[in-house]
Amino acid sequence: MNESRNTLQKVEAGLPGRRRRETMFKLAGLLATTVGIVFLGVFFADLIAKGSSAFVQTQVRLDVEFDAQVIAPGGEMDIAYADFDGLVRASLRGVFPDVSGRNERRELYRLVSVGAGYQLRDMIVADPNLLGTTQAIWVPAASTVDMYVKGNIDASLDESLRPLSDAQIAWVDALRAAGNLQTQFNSALFSNGDSRDPELAGIRGALMGSFYMLIVTVMLAFPIGVAAAIYLEEFAPRNRWSDLIEVNINNLAAVPSIVFGLLGLAVFINWVALPRSAPLVGGLVLSLLTLPVIIIASRAAIKAVPPSIREAALGLGASQMQVVFHHVLPLALPGMLTGTIIGMSRALGESAPLLMIGMVAFIVDVPGGFSDPATALPVQIYLWADSPERAFAERTSAAIIVLLGFLLVMNLAAVIIRKRMERKW
Amino acid sequence: MARMTESNSSDEQPPSMELDAETEVPTEAAVAANGAQLALAEEQIVDIGETVGNVRCEDPYVVAENVNVFYGDNHAIKDVTLEISKKEVIALIGPSGCGKSTFLRCLNRMNDSIETARVSGDISLGGQDIYSKEFDPVALRARVGMVFQKPNPFPKSIYDNVAYGPRIHGLANDRAELDEIVHNSLERAGLLKEVKDRMDEPGTGLSGGQQQRLCIARTIAVNPEVILMDEPCSALDPIATARIEDLMDELSEDYAIVIVTHSMQQAARVSGRVAYFHLGLLVEVDETDKIFTNPQHKLTEDYITGRIG
Ligand SMILES: Nc1ncnc2c1ncn2[C@@H]1O[C@H](COP(=O)(O)OP(=O)(O)OP(=O)(O)O)[C@@H](O)[C@H]1O
Ligand SMILES: [Mg+2]
Repeated sequence: MNESRNTLQKVEAGLPGRRRRETMFKLAGLLATTVGIVFLGVFFADLIAKGSSAFVQTQVRLDVEFDAQVIAPGGEMDIAYADFDGLVRASLRGVFPDVSGRNERRELYRLVSVGAGYQLRDMIVADPNLLGTTQAIWVPAASTVDMYVKGNIDASLDESLRPLSDAQIAWVDALRAAGNLQTQFNSALFSNGDSRDPELAGIRGALMGSFYMLIVTVMLAFPIGVAAAIYLEEFAPRNRWSDLIEVNINNLAAVPSIVFGLLGLAVFINWVALPRSAPLVGGLVLSLLTLPVIIIASRAAIKAVPPSIREAALGLGASQMQVVFHHVLPLALPGMLTGTIIGMSRALGESAPLLMIGMVAFIVDVPGGFSDPATALPVQIYLWADSPERAFAERTSAAIIVLLGFLLVMNLAAVIIRKRMERKW
Repeated sequence: MARMTESNSSDEQPPSMELDAETEVPTEAAVAANGAQLALAEEQIVDIGETVGNVRCEDPYVVAENVNVFYGDNHAIKDVTLEISKKEVIALIGPSGCGKSTFLRCLNRMNDSIETARVSGDISLGGQDIYSKEFDPVALRARVGMVFQKPNPFPKSIYDNVAYGPRIHGLANDRAELDEIVHNSLERAGLLKEVKDRMDEPGTGLSGGQQQRLCIARTIAVNPEVILMDEPCSALDPIATARIEDLMDELSEDYAIVIVTHSMQQAARVSGRVAYFHLGLLVEVDETDKIFTNPQHKLTEDYITGRIG
């Protein structure tokens, strides 16, 4: 009796200390979480502040005459040699008839992107009836104008310190006052490949490159990874060899990604002689990179299947194969898919190994297949981040936003798949 | 014997010797005392000698001769010989860790999937050696079904749970036949009335007792010759237990049933013979009445009177 009272006293004496430690631990956890969220918030705020302006682009409205003399001098349309830039210039001169002199005019012409001429060409190719007519069309302004309109160029600076001259600024202001210059949604960002001119540069090429690569990666890494996991978990005998393989797979997951790039360069390009810069090779390299992740996740998912289910099936006379395919796999699939999607998001964000296999080249054309030269989204970000033009800085941030958006969607998909398939039973 | 009948009806707890002892923390003391008893028994083990009673039976169907099982270095079953006839219920009893489950799992080769397990000796089913190379464990398990301690329905519908065995063995030629097998099996397992209208609902959504009957239905759907049950009622309440025991009674008309149980009342109620295991040895086998009224071996007597937990 006495002893039990003693126990009670001892327990109660210890209680304040226990509560204090618990409170401290909770506070520490809260603090850590808060710090993490604050950092994340700062990162996103900064990214959006820098990148959101890239989703709009300054456009100039010009009345362009599709002059038959220029486009079809001999009656026949001569698209390849026609001077579309000349048409743009002519219409600019029409807006500012007072501008004379070679240098002044050259400055005037620089307000509009070099892409304007291509735009005219594409229009006339699409609709030859435009020949001889005059159309009011929006063409992209030069990136310097765009920067000025977005407030990134300080007009109060000395003329020599900014990329726009006083005269150019006056013209831009005049155009804007007349309603002929405004910012519009930057569709070029999503429809164009890379370009030297920021106002024409887009992420389409990089997106397609990433897309083709991920297709290759999913097609290879998922079936191979799942098959390897099933074999190792369910069929392989436990011995020194399987231990060795297990250790190596775990190590492989931790190998720096650039090493996989070197491997890809040595094996796929130098030895198998696959094309350089191709999404096919990128996909192969990324498959190698994600395989360990998928195998580890799949094995964990298989291990998590309750042994009682296995026993039940075995006890009914199911063969090992039937146990795996009828019972283990359906239950492990959500975990496997989650692992795969996480592996894919890692692959999507990977740039280092792609540098090694030549996917860092400047590629204007949007790739149309698995062996066309291509870059990937993270590599594009790397390339743009390296460019000196101010306008590329905001595009870098915009590309990062797009990449993060894709990663978010993928991770969300992983969560949804897990929830959906687990809730079933 | 008197103590046995008066003790509580929960199947999980073997009759405890320490119930009436005066102590502040009864469970711990009981555990310690049981441990001491076991240690004591271990010393006696040396002179257990031959199995007492009668390991042979009329018209044997499952015959185990000199079976030894090792888990690595752990000698879990020591030279056990036992015959089981085609239409009887035999109960395996004994203290925890004595090898009842291990022996049971030898009979349908479930130990195959345990890497460290090694089985020697002969076990035959209807005269065929089940451990021979020609004998496929898949075919064996279709003939020797198993019900586990914890109800383990597949995370599939009730229908699919019962239909699974017949499907993989190709027992039904068409859907109608399969329906009939499922229907009959559920009926025999005494579950049909409760689940008739919810065949498409998951089997895991049933109550524990219903799940266990579902597992029994699943087992008999394959129409085995022998049913092994490893403490099938230990997770169930007395009412669900009674239902399963009734069921065993009915099933024993068609199947040989080998049941592991910790409940002596259960063994007394359902079985015709009882085999008492101790530390891997088969100590005594005899008719149930005889074991419970007049055990021949000291260890058996100690166990059934609650002196070994
Ligand atoms: N998978 C295994 N691996 C290694 N040893 C095992 C394994 N299963 C059982 N054993 C050992 O074999 C011996 C017998 O175990 P078994 O499970 O057959 O006992 P049991 O009589 O069924 O006990 P209980 O009544 O507690 O279920 C024990 O010493 C146990 O530790
Ligand atoms: Mg057991």
